[in-house]
Amino acid sequence: MISAESRLRLAAKARLRFDRKSSRYMLLYPERGLVLNPTAADVLQRCDGERTVGSIVTELAQQYGHEAPAVEREVLEFLQTMADRGLVRATP
Amino acid sequence: MTESERPYTLVAELTYRCPLRCVYCSNPLDYGRHREELDTETWRRVLREAEDLGVVQLNLTGGEPLVRDDLEALVEEARRLDLYTNLITSGIPLRRERLARFRELGLDNVQISIQDTEAAPSDRIAGLRAFDRKLVVAGWVKELGFPLTLNTVLHRENLDRVEEVVALAERLGADRLELANAQYLGWALPNRAALLPTRAQLARAREVAAAARNRLRGTMEVLFVTPDYYTDLPKACMDGWGRRFIVLSPEGLALPCHAAHTLPGLHFDSVRDRSLGEIWRDSAGFRAFRGEEWMPEPCRSCDRRGIDFGGCRCQAYHLTGNAAATDPTCQFSPDHGLIETAREAAENTEAPELIYRTERGGSMGEERRSLPPIS
Repeated sequence: MISAESRLRLAAKARLRFDRKSSRYMLLYPERGLVLNPTAADVLQRCDGERTVGSIVTELAQQYGHEAPAVEREVLEFLQTMADRGLVRATP
Repeated sequence: MTESERPYTLVAELTYRCPLRCVYCSNPLDYGRHREELDTETWRRVLREAEDLGVVQLNLTGGEPLVRDDLEALVEEARRLDLYTNLITSGIPLRRERLARFRELGLDNVQISIQDTEAAPSDRIAGLRAFDRKLVVAGWVKELGFPLTLNTVLHRENLDRVEEVVALAERLGADRLELANAQYLGWALPNRAALLPTRAQLARAREVAAAARNRLRGTMEVLFVTPDYYTDLPKACMDGWGRRFIVLSPEGLALPCHAAHTLPGLHFDSVRDRSLGEIWRDSAGFRAFRGEEWMPEPCRSCDRRGIDFGGCRCQAYHLTGNAAATDPTCQFSPDHGLIETAREAAENTEAPELIYRTERGGSMGEERRSLPPIS
């Protein structure tokens, strides 16, 4: 389970790429890709294996001017989905 | 062409040459006739043109792409263009140093085919003693830090060993396992009676794959692809004709799928003569089955026409003789009896001898046409 204490990084098979046709970031992995909304891109760009999910939430809440608990719920749910799909990994 | 048609993936078939002779190879039966491969500079130009069209994924495949000694230059150019580059290989012939060089140049993923879980049945399907070597190469892939995709084509002879395939993939540390049932085009069609599984085999294998997918969630992606012959509704072949994929044949034909140039009466352009962008937008071959204008009934009034796009054109042609027919794998196709008969044969008949891929395939193709209808 992903928690506020987790430190995540992109899985070895996944790579972010800015797509100039759609002006969105894409997460690319073998034979597939996800077109990310701006929030999802902000989250994944910060998954560097150093920052905790909690600190990413604090940063983004500040950046968007939103309440941290609401941002945290959304970010945790998104990252859990990404972890289940093997696209982000927890660092030990 | 509309905005909804954007190619995301370029499938670069760099060569039809291959040391393996797999009995379900997707290359055309007459591949031996297509010898004039594109040169490095043309490939580099095509990669740039593809990226400009919106392509973000590049599959380097063949044949066996490793037989080209300019693969390094193509990986380097792909990386410069920020394409996600996947090398789809048998693993043969490969030296560790060459693989390490691909890593330095920015190759993203390596996909290795394993025909079975032991040397004897695996080598039997590949027509070459290759199995042990493949395991060594898969080990290098992981040691060098690449993500590893393992691909096993499933058929009557190995479908009862999916559990062992999963175990092998785990042992090799695969990040992704493709359990892809053979589709009955290319060399798999003349071998259909030997390869098509029974419904019961397929059901068991699907259960094993589903259990593995749940157990391995988050660590290894497990993909199970059902053969079209057992889906009853066609798949969206290539996500629809000329919508998402460009396949480039070794000699430079830009195609909507691997086998489109086996369809008679269609004209496909070569990237030697026109830019990839022009071909994608305007060529007769790409336009032939775009949209819904071409569709016969029952597709034309079907609710699923925007989901499956009428299925596979090559399957339609190679089974019915008409490329614009509804894919016969569809239960609503007037030709669906062809599929039912093939399935019944899988239940009731002994498998014949395998036919191996060979360069004399041109004559093979003639032979096949002179056989009684394959239903």
